[in-house]
Amino acid sequence: MRPKIYFLIGVLVSFLVWYFVPMDQYIREIVLTIGINIILAVSLNLVNGHTGQFSIGHAGFMAIGAYFSAWITTVGAPTWWPSLDLSGGLAGTLVFLGALLAGALLAALAGLLIGIPTLRLRGDYLAIATLGFGEIIRVVIQNTEVVGGSRGFSVAYGYATIFWTYLFAALTIYVVANLVNSAYGRGFLAVRDDEVAAESIGVNTTKYKVIAFVLAAFFAGIAGGLYSHFKQYLHPDRFNFITSIEVVVMVIVGGMGSTFGVIAAAIVLSLLPEALRFIPQFYQQIFGVSLPHLVDDLLKNRMMIYSLLLIILMLTRPQGIFGGISGRPAFLFKRKSVRADGLAS
Amino acid sequence: MNQFLQQLINGLSLGAIYALIALGYTMVYGVLRFINFAHGDVFMLGAYVGLYARRYLAGQTQAGPSLGLAVSVLLISMAVCAIVGMVIERLAYAPLRNRPRLTVLITAIGVSLFLEYGGQQFFGAGPHFFAPIIPSYKMHTGALSITSNELIVFSVTFVLLIALTFIVLKTKLGTAMRALSFNPTAASLMGINNSVVISFTFGLGSALAAAAGILWAVKYPAITPLVGLLPGIKAFVAAVLGGIGNIPGAALGGLILGVTETLVVGYSDLLHIPPSYKDAVAFVILIVILLFKPSGLLGKTTSEKV
Repeated sequence: MRPKIYFLIGVLVSFLVWYFVPMDQYIREIVLTIGINIILAVSLNLVNGHTGQFSIGHAGFMAIGAYFSAWITTVGAPTWWPSLDLSGGLAGTLVFLGALLAGALLAALAGLLIGIPTLRLRGDYLAIATLGFGEIIRVVIQNTEVVGGSRGFSVAYGYATIFWTYLFAALTIYVVANLVNSAYGRGFLAVRDDEVAAESIGVNTTKYKVIAFVLAAFFAGIAGGLYSHFKQYLHPDRFNFITSIEVVVMVIVGGMGSTFGVIAAAIVLSLLPEALRFIPQFYQQIFGVSLPHLVDDLLKNRMMIYSLLLIILMLTRPQGIFGGISGRPAFLFKRKSVRADGLAS
Repeated sequence: MNQFLQQLINGLSLGAIYALIALGYTMVYGVLRFINFAHGDVFMLGAYVGLYARRYLAGQTQAGPSLGLAVSVLLISMAVCAIVGMVIERLAYAPLRNRPRLTVLITAIGVSLFLEYGGQQFFGAGPHFFAPIIPSYKMHTGALSITSNELIVFSVTFVLLIALTFIVLKTKLGTAMRALSFNPTAASLMGINNSVVISFTFGLGSALAAAAGILWAVKYPAITPLVGLLPGIKAFVAAVLGGIGNIPGAALGGLILGVTETLVVGYSDLLHIPPSYKDAVAFVILIVILLFKPSGLLGKTTSEKV
């Protein structure tokens, strides 16, 4: 029963924060970005961490969820039910939730269609295939006129509040953490640890891989739907492979297979660009001179920092910064916890 | 019919470039059983080295495009990239030998991103114009027209393929490469220094990628630090199509991919596929190949051993 209680606490806290804590636009934007990144990272962790596959096309599924749900709330719903006031209230909320679900289901369907052929093979194929498909999804959206094509797409309503975002973040964590800790979920870990051995004792490895992939795509779709109803403007370029790589970096830095680590990494790495933005200012204030040009440029080139982070981590600590630490912080969970590798700790 | 032949010529010249990149993927896969994600970025680096070499050489001699200039730019770029390839292998991949496959794959992605965004830092994010290195003309034979650029692509690819075949089949290092890809443990027991051979393979593959980068830049002269991304992925598809690890397969796969892509664009009206979906062709091929013949056209079916 424990995880359910934590899930409910998460929902309650997000409601209270949304209702009582005043935030200016800037803070609100950062908090929402963190929430969306948590959903993306925790869901990708199911594939890249727990199941040991390697997908770098998460942005594609996010794009599907974002565009489809935005299309429903902006174009679809007003034409289907012209008399409804969708700007808020019960009708607006229901339409938003329906759109979110529809976008996530479409993303899951795409995940199924891409996953079945590619997941039969080893991880490296999957990596390149998912990268390619992420780009294809972007090209298809770019050529789809009903959602604005390459001009971008304005979304009518900003439904995604802190409450909804963190409710879905809590749901994602709840589902993923519970799934991999369940008896059924041992299959994911078995596939990761030794695919041949898992298969030899009757684990249907392809099925597990596809399930992980489809679930991850589903939650990426949810994240996309939240994103579109928070930014209220979509552009295909926002969903290029850099977005996917950012999520991958969160999973790797956090430690593949460690839900707690991945959440922490999602928070830290979402704050990092903001922090980097302030470094030149601080430096100027403290030392009276501006940063050397090269360092300044380097700080703006976030992807280069990420790439070095990846290489150095892999060479020195491949389990990630928080990896190897139990999936949940021990001080919160007195219950005997089970490590990600299946051994009692 | 003429239009078809024309498309075929265009497709083959595009495919020849894919083939050169695909060879690097396939050779590295052969010796290390891993996909060098950064290969497409070595291709990009090749184009940039060529750009700067051309600037430097032409500045020195005040010369316009000529055969000598083209050959020296090509050789400089191949040499520089061969060294870069070997350095990457030594610094990033060699320490990870015998580590889990995923670790190496992530490192390769890191290296790839590092080259792309380091390139943005170093060369600037905007496109650079690759000035012509060789005088270009157009030849007409009947209704067909063939540009000198296409001829260059064909001849350079042809020469490099012959050279590669010679290296792999006739030299000692080539024999060692084949031995290593057949069985690494047995190879090292026979006195082959595996790390030298692996270094050599990376150098060879990177030199071919650099040549492909120059040919690409001659064909499409606007180059950016991200130019290697799509050709790199497509060349990987070509390598899978031909059977990864199989050298003639990579060349064949590249040519097939180039021709298919060009034909889909050329007959887009007939096929009702918008030409902007050109980049999707490679992935459709990848899916079909993975579904029906995962070992590729020329690859051997092997089962993974425990």
